[in-house]
Amino acid sequence: MSYKITEDGNTSTVFLDGEIDMDVTEKAKEVILPLVESGKEVHLNLKDVSYMDSSGISVLIESHQKALENNTKVVIKEVSKSVLKVIMMAKLEQILNLE
Amino acid sequence: MDLSESKDFLVHTSSLKEVRVFSREVLEKLKISNDLKEELVLAIAEAAQNIVKHAYKGVENTTDHMQIKISLKDDNLEIGFFDKGKPVVAENIQHRKLDDIKPGGLGTFFIKQIMDEAVFKKDQQKWVNHLILSKKI
Repeated sequence: MSYKITEDGNTSTVFLDGEIDMDVTEKAKEVILPLVESGKEVHLNLKDVSYMDSSGISVLIESHQKALENNTKVVIKEVSKSVLKVIMMAKLEQILNLE
Repeated sequence: MDLSESKDFLVHTSSLKEVRVFSREVLEKLKISNDLKEELVLAIAEAAQNIVKHAYKGVENTTDHMQIKISLKDDNLEIGFFDKGKPVVAENIQHRKLDDIKPGGLGTFFIKQIMDEAVFKKDQQKWVNHLILSKKI
């Protein structure tokens, strides 16, 4: 997994790339959670994420919940077909902010 | 077409990508849709992850290997997982309730969604745990 972060005002966009599994979830959390905890709105762009397992889904849930605690939000953008399928399998499409 | 292929993997999170590569290579030989192939890869990877996460919980830097065997016979796909971790008590395995939104607990749910059956067998001398996932394809 690799990533790139862009900033626009109070919004940080994290572009994730590659496969997100248990081996990289700590790295993903280290990237995303500090942004959320700083109170920024965080956009996660998942168009280049080709695979995500339950560990990756856990990162999305944790980020979403941490955002609610910090009165901000995480928006999932341009989710790839394969990742959307896993999000829907977990019945989270109504819980997470998908755009 | 019948087939049977197996491979050993170090019990470590860094092996999960290798597990997916192996699974895709084997499943590529079957006449199944790409969507089904990717679902099966997810189920296999989740089961392998459970070995690393649960059967070897608290064990760091093990040199143990797990074995994954993918077989197809008479349209019945069977995936065997063998490990030497802590014995699994099948009755204790349960996924979290889906409406209890929290991180974790989804891997087993995904496996149950994708596969027809998941059974732990006590038929091995060499291994401690033997999980068989099966699906008619």
